[in-house]
Amino acid sequence: MISIKNLHASVDGKEILRGLNLEVKAAEVHAIMGPNGSGKSTLASVLAGREEYEVTDGSVSFGGKDLLEMSAEDRAREGLFLAFQYPIEIPGVSNINFLKTALNEIREYKGLGPIEAKEFLALVKEKQKLVELDGKLTGRSVNEGFSGGEKKRNEIFQMAMLEPKLGILDETDSGLDIDALRIVANGVNKLRTPDRSFIVVTHYQRLLDYIVPDFVHVLYNGRIVKSGPKELALELEEKGYDWIKSEAQNVEA
Amino acid sequence: MNAVAENKLTSRLLNGIEGKLPSLSGDAQLRRKALAYFQENGIPTRKWEDYKYINPEGLFRIGEFMSNAPVIREVSQLDVDRMTVIPGAAKLVIVNGVFVPALSNLDRIPQGITVKSIADAVVSDEIAKKYYAHQANPESDSFIAWNTAVSEGGVFVHIASNTQSEVPIHILHIACNEAASTFHPRNLIVAERDSKAEVIESFETIGPVKTLTNVVTEVIAHTNAHLDHYRLQVEGIAGHQVNTTCVAASKGSNYKTYTFTVDGAWVRNNLNIVFTEPHTESHLYGLYLADKNRVIDNHTIVDHTVPHCMSNELYKGVMDGKSTAVFNGKIFVRRDAQKTNAYQTNRNILLSDDATINTKPQLEIYADDVKCSHGTSTGRLNEEALFYLRARGIGERSARKLLVRAFAEEIVNNVPNEAVVAYLDNRLNHIMA
Repeated sequence: MISIKNLHASVDGKEILRGLNLEVKAAEVHAIMGPNGSGKSTLASVLAGREEYEVTDGSVSFGGKDLLEMSAEDRAREGLFLAFQYPIEIPGVSNINFLKTALNEIREYKGLGPIEAKEFLALVKEKQKLVELDGKLTGRSVNEGFSGGEKKRNEIFQMAMLEPKLGILDETDSGLDIDALRIVANGVNKLRTPDRSFIVVTHYQRLLDYIVPDFVHVLYNGRIVKSGPKELALELEEKGYDWIKSEAQNVEA
Repeated sequence: MNAVAENKLTSRLLNGIEGKLPSLSGDAQLRRKALAYFQENGIPTRKWEDYKYINPEGLFRIGEFMSNAPVIREVSQLDVDRMTVIPGAAKLVIVNGVFVPALSNLDRIPQGITVKSIADAVVSDEIAKKYYAHQANPESDSFIAWNTAVSEGGVFVHIASNTQSEVPIHILHIACNEAASTFHPRNLIVAERDSKAEVIESFETIGPVKTLTNVVTEVIAHTNAHLDHYRLQVEGIAGHQVNTTCVAASKGSNYKTYTFTVDGAWVRNNLNIVFTEPHTESHLYGLYLADKNRVIDNHTIVDHTVPHCMSNELYKGVMDGKSTAVFNGKIFVRRDAQKTNAYQTNRNILLSDDATINTKPQLEIYADDVKCSHGTSTGRLNEEALFYLRARGIGERSARKLLVRAFAEEIVNNVPNEAVVAYLDNRLNHIMA
């Protein structure tokens, strides 16, 4: 699905990712954990194509294609979806118009005609249920006046509508109370299919109680320094990151 | 330019006018007075504070618009039918500053509304005679003076008391000639008490030859009159325009005005509204979209001379390429105008590094018990929003269009006429194409 090799990336001349390797296969869920400033959100941003990040070395292959050569919109059209940590409010652009435009541009990229209005509305109705999103919210401007929880649910709703191959959740749990967290996680779980993978970037183990990963990776200083089964997340929750840091430093020394 | 050269320019512009003047209809003395003012003051130069960003004199200096050549190009029904379509409207067609009933559909004019050629009305209609040159003072501005001196036509629209019209009156101005020319259409709209109507003026050009339309429209809104007045400025790249609208609003009236400038090479709008009686309300909306080397200048004046009136002004602009836009909004709150509510907002988006906006809100408040606010902002499209849209598969161009449309939404939401909304949507969609 996605193969990241020796990825180096910097922002404003400061190197954040320093040789990151990650291989995600179809249907797998990989959790990326790590202390603040380790590069978790940078990884999500670089993969989604944020232009302020400069990739200085390494490669990313997505579905056999060179991801780093693609514009942000082409990455989305190829099936990469980033659920934003801080979804943007866009007054004046209705959720519906936004989604329809996105869906149709993705379809056009794949050589398909625009979706029928009736089919689109049925799809909206069906997918809203996944994250228990109020129908009224979809009629409003993108994220405008949404609560923190509603914004995150809207991200998952968009993911459900666009049906990506790879979903990257960037700290989707941040700012969510336990009920909202459960709704969001349930939504994601319903989207797990044999041909869809997820990279779940999170600071806390809590989300992983709901979205159970196949692998857990610890990112530190721009590199994955430890990988393991889902139990690794529990261990991190219990022991914190300090032991990882000292392990990593010993390796470097 | 020195005074001698200035006079030379003005006399060249007025070449032949002496011989023509006696044949023009209306008050000869008024024309003489206007002519004298124009001869003395001439075309505004960049030294005039109110014209400094656009320098009208520069347009004439290079010899353009000087022609007094007769109009040769015929405008056909086919030409007219291709232009701004407002379904169901009574269309009044003005070609090169002269009202052409044969191209108009006068049969659609609803009961209670009377339309006459202004050239006839100023001779035969008592109401037209009373209000003509009432609001647009020829001794206040060179372009009004020039128009008043030499104008050959336009329309007089009279909306009788208690008329509630659902039929839009569409005044379609067309400029076209085979030599660069200046035209001076002149309109007068009188809305009597308790009337309700909609007047849509649109401005178009045919062909590549440069034209300057110096149009003056006077509006009298009597007690409780509700008038929606649109200006759709969609002239081609050869179209130049000075558009002066002078409005007097009486008690309980609600004059709403929409100025949409989406095309044309060079456009200057002077919109002047005076509240003559208390408890009067006016709303001014403007949207201007400029690209290439286009110049769009909006000057507005809202004059609160009396208490208990409300004015609300919202102008928004999107500039691309090397375009230049000007917004100058004056609000006067005179000493007696207590309990005034006056609001003004101007927001701009620059899509390119070479586009310019000069924005100047100008509030002069001489009363103490008033609520007034003004705000202006200029920025670029929100980069974060742009990335968010692109991250969902929306191409950069479409994403920018969506954001520009979103920026205009606040204006579009306030436009009651659906045909105009559709028209604007279409233009917005093309601006960056």
